[in-house]
Amino acid sequence: MLTKRIIPCLDVKDGRTVKGVNFVNLRDAGDAVELGAMYAAQGADELVYLDIAATVEGRSTFIDLVRRVANTINIPFTVGGGISSIADVSALLHAGADKVSINSSAVRNPDLINELALEFGSQCIVVAIDTRYVETSEGVFEHIVHTHGGRKPTELRTISWAKEVEERGAGELLLTSMDTDGTKNGFAIELTSTISANANIPVIASGGAGNMEHFYDVFTEGKADAGLAASIFHFREIDIPDLKQYLQNKALPMRMTK
Amino acid sequence: MKTVIIKYNAGNVQSVMYALDRIGVDYLYTDDEEEIRSADKVIFPGVGEASTTMSYLKEKGLDKLIPSLTQPVLGTCVGMQLMCRFSEENNTTCMGIFDVDVKRFPATPGIKVPHMGWNNITNYKSELTKDLIDNAYVYFVHSYAAPVCEYTVATCDYINPFSAMLHKDNFHAAQFHCEISGDIGQKILENFLKL
Repeated sequence: MLTKRIIPCLDVKDGRTVKGVNFVNLRDAGDAVELGAMYAAQGADELVYLDIAATVEGRSTFIDLVRRVANTINIPFTVGGGISSIADVSALLHAGADKVSINSSAVRNPDLINELALEFGSQCIVVAIDTRYVETSEGVFEHIVHTHGGRKPTELRTISWAKEVEERGAGELLLTSMDTDGTKNGFAIELTSTISANANIPVIASGGAGNMEHFYDVFTEGKADAGLAASIFHFREIDIPDLKQYLQNKALPMRMTK
Repeated sequence: MKTVIIKYNAGNVQSVMYALDRIGVDYLYTDDEEEIRSADKVIFPGVGEASTTMSYLKEKGLDKLIPSLTQPVLGTCVGMQLMCRFSEENNTTCMGIFDVDVKRFPATPGIKVPHMGWNNITNYKSELTKDLIDNAYVYFVHSYAAPVCEYTVATCDYINPFSAMLHKDNFHAAQFHCEISGDIGQKILENFLKL
């Protein structure tokens, strides 16, 4: 049976993880390769590496990191951050990434999704959508796509944008609710469910995971195909093997590696 | 031992190279007929669309070369589909090593296509699955699949049961991506390289 996926996300800058990481058993907890390898060994189903600085100078360091990750781990991984051209994607896939994630550049230039899907195949193009529930200029509350780490609102409605990116050739959606992100109060269940029910491509839910039940909720009520989180894994508030065991005990299909 | 990865217009084969690096095997990435013929093991990977990859193989004469190989050959993902008779993906006539037609997953309410992620394989009986644990999970990304047939040596279930692996004579094939299927995928690759 196709399993639900658990995906730790690593924010990196200059090749090192930046969000606080608290792993005493790692020689160098800031080393993004070593941390990723540990998650893979624990049973993570995929990894996401985000280049949060995404500067021109930092790009070659990031590509070098991608190369080292690909050399070390034997599960799929996605990379994102500052990707805006076919050349960017080509360099990252060539370095060994399995998928790339685009966000602001897709909002700025939606045709980029079509171009990338045509050039590299939909299976490796993830479109990340940062969304926030806000009052629009017409005075009604709606889910609106945001860019710049969720700070800058766009004109795009989240639900219709999700459909559009699929039609343009995205292979997967990474949906981050800026309303729940960082709260540890749970994922944005209703929005995730609406988007996943409308989509024929997998939806990765992100933002708000605080406990194991939140993953159960987003996989059942939220209809998500994968759940992504960062700090709760980095700070070992939830251990991946415990989480997968918990979800399997609750009859969700999980890839158990031990 | 000489291992060759066949070079053609398929997407990202980089992860296959890294997987061989991790196992510690040297390889050559080439479309040269003599190099391919003289290899001990041939890997035919692939991410892509059936008709464009097939027309490229024809252009390079690889569509005749591959079926005539006598050493162990492993096709993965689209590589496996191109080794079948026909693919519904843009109605493509393929190499016909396996006498079976590749079909699109039927549209089914509430079930997404592509089949993407980790799924378990069952009923395996290939030299490549030797010493594998039962119900091993491997990583799939595909919208088309070969039905279960006389060459099926591992089955997976998504909407319907389909062929996760095929085998005939020296030709082996896997629909999933061994190169990113964790320790299970690595074991399957190692078993192939030991043939």
